[in-house]
Amino acid sequence: MEDQVKGQSSGQGIGARVPRKEDARLMRGRGNYVSDIILPNQSEVAFLRSPLAHAVLRGITKPQGLEGSVYVAADLTGVKPMEAPCTVPNYKISVQHPLAHEKVRFVGELVAMAVAPTRAAAEDICERIEVDLDELPALVDAHEARRSATRVHDAWDDNLYLTLNYDNGFDEHARNAPVVVEREINMSRQAMVPLEGKAIVADWDHRADQLVVYTSTQVPHVIRIGLAEMLGIGEGQIRVIAPDVGGGFGYKCVLQPEEVCVAWLALTHKRPFRYVEDRREHLIAGANSRQHNYKLKAYADERGRLLALDAEVTIDGGAYSNWPFTVALEPGQATGNLPGPYDFRGYRCKTYCVATNKPGFLPYRGVARTSVCFAIELMIDAIARKVGREPWDVRNENLVQPQAMPYNNVARKHYDSGDYPKSLLAVRQDIDFETWRARQKQGEADGRRIGIGFATYCEQSAHGTSVFAAWGLPLIPGYDQATVRLLPDGSLEVRVGIHSHGQGMETTLAQIAHEILGVDISRIRVVHGDTGQTPFSTGTYASRSIVMTGGAVAKTCEALVPRLLAIGAHLMQCASNTVSMMPGRVVGPQASVSLKDIAEAWYRRPQLLPPDVDVNGLEATVGYRPQVDTGVFSYASHAAVVAVDPEVGDIEILDYVIAEDCGRMVNPMVVDGQTMGGATQGIGTALFEESPYDANGQPLASTFMDYLLPGPTEVPKFRIRHSETLSPYTAFGIKGMGEGGAIAPPAVLFNAVNDALRGLGVEVAETPLTPRRLLAAIEGARPKEPQP
Amino acid sequence: MKAPAFDYQRPRDLAAAAAALRGASGNAKLLAGGQSLLPMLNLRLARPGILVDISRIEELRGIEDRGDALRIGAAVTHAELEDRPLAGGAMLREVAHGIAYRSVRNRGTIAGSMAHADPAADWPLALAVLGATLIVDGAQGRRTMPAGDFMQGPFTTRLADGDIIIAVDVPKLSRGARFGYYKFCRKTGEFPEASAAAVFDPETKQARLYVGALPGAPQPLDDLAYDLAERGLPALTEAAVDRAVAQIPNLEPIARRMQRAAVTRAVRQAFAA
Repeated sequence: MEDQVKGQSSGQGIGARVPRKEDARLMRGRGNYVSDIILPNQSEVAFLRSPLAHAVLRGITKPQGLEGSVYVAADLTGVKPMEAPCTVPNYKISVQHPLAHEKVRFVGELVAMAVAPTRAAAEDICERIEVDLDELPALVDAHEARRSATRVHDAWDDNLYLTLNYDNGFDEHARNAPVVVEREINMSRQAMVPLEGKAIVADWDHRADQLVVYTSTQVPHVIRIGLAEMLGIGEGQIRVIAPDVGGGFGYKCVLQPEEVCVAWLALTHKRPFRYVEDRREHLIAGANSRQHNYKLKAYADERGRLLALDAEVTIDGGAYSNWPFTVALEPGQATGNLPGPYDFRGYRCKTYCVATNKPGFLPYRGVARTSVCFAIELMIDAIARKVGREPWDVRNENLVQPQAMPYNNVARKHYDSGDYPKSLLAVRQDIDFETWRARQKQGEADGRRIGIGFATYCEQSAHGTSVFAAWGLPLIPGYDQATVRLLPDGSLEVRVGIHSHGQGMETTLAQIAHEILGVDISRIRVVHGDTGQTPFSTGTYASRSIVMTGGAVAKTCEALVPRLLAIGAHLMQCASNTVSMMPGRVVGPQASVSLKDIAEAWYRRPQLLPPDVDVNGLEATVGYRPQVDTGVFSYASHAAVVAVDPEVGDIEILDYVIAEDCGRMVNPMVVDGQTMGGATQGIGTALFEESPYDANGQPLASTFMDYLLPGPTEVPKFRIRHSETLSPYTAFGIKGMGEGGAIAPPAVLFNAVNDALRGLGVEVAETPLTPRRLLAAIEGARPKEPQP
Repeated sequence: MKAPAFDYQRPRDLAAAAAALRGASGNAKLLAGGQSLLPMLNLRLARPGILVDISRIEELRGIEDRGDALRIGAAVTHAELEDRPLAGGAMLREVAHGIAYRSVRNRGTIAGSMAHADPAADWPLALAVLGATLIVDGAQGRRTMPAGDFMQGPFTTRLADGDIIIAVDVPKLSRGARFGYYKFCRKTGEFPEASAAAVFDPETKQARLYVGALPGAPQPLDDLAYDLAERGLPALTEAAVDRAVAQIPNLEPIARRMQRAAVTRAVRQAFAA
């Protein structure tokens, strides 16, 4: 604990609002992204993508005279298809060839690749490739695909990746419930839309005898394993570098077929090739997340106390399961997290994950939790309306109480700590609930209707070995390591295997190192994103990096402390039990020596070292994982006030407040930034973003004309309040929080709109809430809610 | 998403631009601000052999006060109209200010928008309600076309092959005249879901009212405009708006609901005391 006081007093340690070190380059446009890398003799790659959602691939004719510039599946010698196994019973493996083989299964699937000096020329070549396709019926709707005789994967006996059945005390607790509320709730398919899409430059380094792949990824070490497997070469022959990455959100936590193709070109031709995904490709082939359907029946008492929940969840899994996380992650997280922060004892959930002719589902910021939060929070409000009580009261009474922590919920999730009701009360006060209720009663002069919405969620973060091992994925996270090295000038190098692409970890990891060693953070370099320079980690996903790698950095710095003390004591000619660490110095009874003096002794004046010096020197690599690895649970409540214009269907967010708790905050400013960014994406899910398809599986939103994102004028000024309930299981009590902001906004905004429209008998439950959807609901409103 | 190869010419003056168009025999496209054309090129939806860039031709860049009207050069940008107060041109300024984003306004041009003829765009609606006239030059010589029936349908105009819009003449509003302009966009900068524009001159008791963002060209609501001119706001009843909007063909119920709101709101702005 003394260390923490030390760090905070310097204004740089854990808890300090330190400006992000990486912003010096990123805010000045000096970041170095894959697309900034231009190598001599580099060719550009363009992909020809399937124009049909489902078809037999009869043949491909390369343009005459350009045969050498075009590659199809048969040309990719030595490349294995991507298959991601998973030990969940009855899970079916999809076989994905990087370039389509025998069949195409979604619009945008890679069919062929063309190589030319410029991207435009490569696209010209693509236009001249003839593809002979025999169209098959497209499976566009997950419910229909479940019943259809058409198969996305011909070897399967149905279109189900997997079905999960969970029952814990359902009958017993549902049996005598006096109140039953039934709803169908839909979250639509969308894309993730990072500022930077996929981007790959691959080259062959003759000196190192290595394939060097620069790629925009969250998980460089995982990509190295994946490429070695798919290309059939040794891992030592591959170096993966992820330079600055313009946002990941889950889109870049899996091996992409484009990475395999471009790496194969460089491996085969021993020269550089580049591919940069454009926005249209992203919106078509990257329409891969969020699409869940819920059929829910909630059983409650007359006060709205939830007794049991019966759920049927259908997830539109798209055409392929990804490597390494698999499409099973989504139904697993949906089933496990649907009960949310609530205390009830009867739960039955049947979850179908269905193959369709759309891009394969990928884990997007929040992974299933945005959808389950949307579902359960709309149900809580529906129960409250049914029993005639304030949704806030019903929500509050159903929450897990702080004295129940740690709490094992009905889905056997272990909630480590937290005070959920406190956060719900905080947002009620911060939004000024009573004032808005009063104004709502008066009505608005402009005819708009005011509504107030709440939602509470908890966010499993940094779940580790035991959780992933239970799913039996091809790659399971274990210990994360950090390498820390004091350099001869007394500055510090911290090498980590995760990647930072917006999370500010070049700063927060430096703060953690500063906390232990007291080196000024301007003299701490955090090195990440290069398999050639960093210890292994499965990378950045599942809100894990600050917990896992942050813990590793702390443990590694701590391992250096006795070595520094021993050298320091020797230099001061005093006993080693009389010295201690102070910021940047070792202090003895009469004098002190700086870390620079100690480093100089080790590296340049070894004649000054004590005879029993630790020969491992001033560099260490230590691994870390939390005592309990089932995840630590951050949580938050959000509240919003909206004004709904029932004539045109406009929704204006008048106020939005957040009370979050992610344990010890390493840097509250970074927590604010992550929360705002996430909540902005959540507003996108709630009101704007959608990747619709026609009956033939053709995507209808392939440019920003049709695919809308929230912009500065659509995003309110979030007011954020923090509390810190420390996790008992992690270093410093830190919890992960990278995804949380994106979880609650759809729930909050729909609850607010439903509150606004209560008098009209309108209830909406399908994202995004476009003006047209809202007006259709108003025009079709039935005054009574359907009886169960 | 890179454009296929094309030739590019930047003629010095109007005569050279006309010659370039004639020489290309239908294979050329005029480029002014490029805010619609360039995305279409990159999506490979438009594939002209030659782009004739008229954005810097001086003759197309002026704004001239002609007493009862303003003559706006074809290549005048939305931003120039947004930034420059013009006597009798307050509505032009307000409409320009609301077009897309500033980066679009910096390049997009008034006549480019008319020639592109997106039914949801601002200028086709605003210039119709203002009673503006387009001045066009081409093989059939120099002639004028009223803005109100310039658009023939989505992305279709009365322009013949080789025609160039030279300028737009916009009649000045009188001192007492008022206007209303309402559009509903899902977010700032998007094309609207519904839009309406109204002008009313209490001295002459003249009113005009148009609806935009339709499946086709902006539509006048003359009967409602006439009643409003005669009786003022009391003529703006729900039934009257319903009747007027019901005359617009091919509107589904939700669009109709939005357009009713747009009409009501634009009229209120124009007729509010």
